[in-house]
Amino acid sequence: MKWETVIGLEVHTQLATKSKIFSGSSTAFGAAPNTQASAVDIALPGVLPVLNKGAVECAIKFGLAIGATLNRVNVFDRKNYFYPDLPKGYQISQLAKPIVEGGALTIQVGDSERTINLTRAHMEEDAGKSLHEDFHGMTGIDLNRAGTPLLEIVSEPEMRSSAEAVAYARALHTLVTWIGICDGNMQEGSFRVDANVSVRPVGQAEFGTRREIKNLNSFKFLQQAIDYEVRWQIETLEDGGRIEQATVLFDPDRGETRMMRSKEEAHDYRYFPDPDLLPVKLDEDWIEQVRATLPELPAAMQVRFQGEYGVSPYDAAVLTGSRALADYFEVAAKACGQGKLAANWVMGELSAALNKADLTIERSPVSAAHLGALVARIHDGTLSGKLAKQVFEGLWEGAGEVDAIIEARGLKQMSDSGELEKIIDEVMAANTKSVEEFRAGKEKAFNALVGQIMKASKGKANPAQVNDLLKTKLQG
Amino acid sequence: MSATTLSALAAQLKARQISSRELAQQYLDRIAALNPAINAFITLDAGKTLAEAAAADALIAAGQAGPLTGVPIAHKDIFCTDGWLTTCGSKMLHNFVAPYDAHVIQQFKAAGMPSLGKTNMDEFAMGSSNETSYFGAVKNPWNPAYVPGGSSGGAAACVAARMAPAATGTDTGGSIRQPAALCGITGLKPTYGLVSRYGMIAFASSLDQAGPMAPSAEDCALLLNVMTGFDPRDSTCLERDKEDYTRDLDKPLSGLRVGLPKEFFAEGLNNEVAAAVEAAVSELKKLGATTVEISLANSKLAIPVYYVLAPAEASSNLSRFDGVRYGYRAPEYGNLDDMYCKTRAQGFGAEVKRRILIGAYVLSHGYYDAYYLQAQKIRRLIAEDFSAAFKACDVILGPTAPGTAFKLGEKSDDPVEMYLNDLYTIPANLAGLPGMSLPCGFDSKGLPIGLQLVGDYFSEAKMLNVAHQYQRATDWHSRQPEDLK
Repeated sequence: MKWETVIGLEVHTQLATKSKIFSGSSTAFGAAPNTQASAVDIALPGVLPVLNKGAVECAIKFGLAIGATLNRVNVFDRKNYFYPDLPKGYQISQLAKPIVEGGALTIQVGDSERTINLTRAHMEEDAGKSLHEDFHGMTGIDLNRAGTPLLEIVSEPEMRSSAEAVAYARALHTLVTWIGICDGNMQEGSFRVDANVSVRPVGQAEFGTRREIKNLNSFKFLQQAIDYEVRWQIETLEDGGRIEQATVLFDPDRGETRMMRSKEEAHDYRYFPDPDLLPVKLDEDWIEQVRATLPELPAAMQVRFQGEYGVSPYDAAVLTGSRALADYFEVAAKACGQGKLAANWVMGELSAALNKADLTIERSPVSAAHLGALVARIHDGTLSGKLAKQVFEGLWEGAGEVDAIIEARGLKQMSDSGELEKIIDEVMAANTKSVEEFRAGKEKAFNALVGQIMKASKGKANPAQVNDLLKTKLQG
Repeated sequence: MSATTLSALAAQLKARQISSRELAQQYLDRIAALNPAINAFITLDAGKTLAEAAAADALIAAGQAGPLTGVPIAHKDIFCTDGWLTTCGSKMLHNFVAPYDAHVIQQFKAAGMPSLGKTNMDEFAMGSSNETSYFGAVKNPWNPAYVPGGSSGGAAACVAARMAPAATGTDTGGSIRQPAALCGITGLKPTYGLVSRYGMIAFASSLDQAGPMAPSAEDCALLLNVMTGFDPRDSTCLERDKEDYTRDLDKPLSGLRVGLPKEFFAEGLNNEVAAAVEAAVSELKKLGATTVEISLANSKLAIPVYYVLAPAEASSNLSRFDGVRYGYRAPEYGNLDDMYCKTRAQGFGAEVKRRILIGAYVLSHGYYDAYYLQAQKIRRLIAEDFSAAFKACDVILGPTAPGTAFKLGEKSDDPVEMYLNDLYTIPANLAGLPGMSLPCGFDSKGLPIGLQLVGDYFSEAKMLNVAHQYQRATDWHSRQPEDLK
């Protein structure tokens, strides 16, 4: 039987506000336990939540960026359950009336483009952390994270492979960091993915029973977890078993998912509207003020890059992988006036060097202006591709400006035809055999001669010029 | 004690006829003498009280006294009070020393009013007789065999026994007005949102409101001036200009339209209470008021609606008492779930547990629509009844409670009978309207009778005007239990 995979993602993005969603405490990561937990965060008797407008603005930005409906009146609910790192015994979240509904995200998988619809996005507070190490059989509670604002972004179950799920998660990651509502730091838990996975026979209309893989904190684990889960579900079904609805965890060391709780153990969260908070009202002025702060979005920028710089749709998608990369490309492309060539260099030599050195674009040793200047020298014929790579190395090492490196290292392409002709004549005189072979119709001999000439010029000869001159001389 | 009205005490303090320390000491002495029999206080701390009184004396000496500076006040043990044990009448918080002041406490501190102590109350404000307190029942100063009402029973009793010139209370379904009625004092529940709930331990957040309790309406007006004021820490606190609630006290009542809801004078009302309330209506007519019969048809549903909504909110509000961070934790337990179960089984009393169970039930999957949502719809209908009524009248008048104080233990085995005591007070909470209770007579057993006024939103000054004019014409509010004089 042929199987189809169905995946929907729920992503918890930590909003980049300075203070918590319902208290004035700092949200900075890594402070000593419980030093960023106020009376409100530890839920002392009598304390009350006050909504941080900054968190609402982040949610508005997101809704605008995905073309969603912004619910002009949205409501906070209480999700009730007991856990030691949940101080109030309930989490303030949004159930029935979330701030964002609908919207869509376009993803690129290989050469094809797909649009994934979103169900909703809602604001909520994070819980604290239970620390099980170092307490000799007891559990430590750190409430620094309690009350950190989150936007939970829920997709429709429209992805059909782990590759699509990863592409969606990446596109979402790009977007939330692009519009500045999330720092995107996955190690610190700023972007956590839950994947709902099911399989069904190809052609079947109903969905299979899903299992939810919780808390995946890297794209690699997302892919591995889904792939394992899909294989496991198909094997189970083909062996005559049934899939029970469940929540599972992915163990990256073993590469397996394992059961956390079954449907029977699922909580009844007894949701109801939080009477301590008024409904959130979004008026048009506020929405427009927030809209005005939105940067150009990746999708719009891709279209513009194709028109303005003549890059392919694929290149445009890669170049808008992050705002920093897009900004870098645009500065470089403007500096040289050669968009396509600049794109090749950004995506080729530069990306390879950054990868090798494990650096992000923000920390590139070669500035966008320098790369632009380098591309300009290629375009005006000063540098061959090969020489340009040597100049790039100089830039990477911090050896100065492009022209200074060319000068200092003598990397200028030899374009003086007199000098070049002299070298060609010498090479032809020293390789009479090749000359004769070429004239006898052996095309390959031409390349051998070019190679000798380049060698004699120490690589500085302009290859195009060499070709022309040599052809003329051989025919003469 | 010669003077007992707040304005008279403040005048004596300003005239330096008595110091705040001396005054506080007089009240502490009276508490020492009377409280063992009444049990109105959970926590007393003479050192703190006198230190605050000394600070007030310094303010008076420096000429920086406000209207009530130096006048002591007792606080319901539901308000977090920095450095004071704050128990909410529960074993769950028997050891909880609050590390911060509630907004209401801050307001009274800023006004220079020393705290006399923390008053007894029904556990987590759940009760109408003060018998659910972990710290024992409060006795009615008019007859110690009777309950003082609840949940602000300690507050009402300490004011009635003149162990304090005034007290703070909170009212979720009648917890200021009903004990005020049963103890023969004046108490006011403001419009929802007028007084910040910050630092007031939550029972049912959408209904809870703090208010003043004192012998007279004039006292309550002065106290309300202190308690109100916008507080950004409570999102349900309304941002409006500060009012002087004494401004209309002396207005004549001519032209006043008093609405008499026919449902509040129907079956279930004690005859003596009915007669006293009707006599008060005649008194108001003499003062120039006219009456109009109104109908609050949906108020008969107030008790069932309240006992869905209040427990629902309470079941969630009380989840934080889990033994993890503060308060009571069971001494022995196996695992985490066992710790939760034992802590909450041992830390909460029967009435609190009953309401948590009701609340969890009505919110649970499959029942939410039938109970919680339905109750919210009826709540809106009850509020609409009031809006319609206020087109025909300026203030609504009726009995505060269906009867006078009942005997200790008389209703504690029958929760529904107990709940019926709040029949007339709950509708104002559900609608968010201000309500007050003031003394209007005594029954044949010598127990006080209270009448209730319910006003339109933010009409506290109007209600206080009506109450003050009534109290100028009568003396029920200045009567004191004979044997405690």
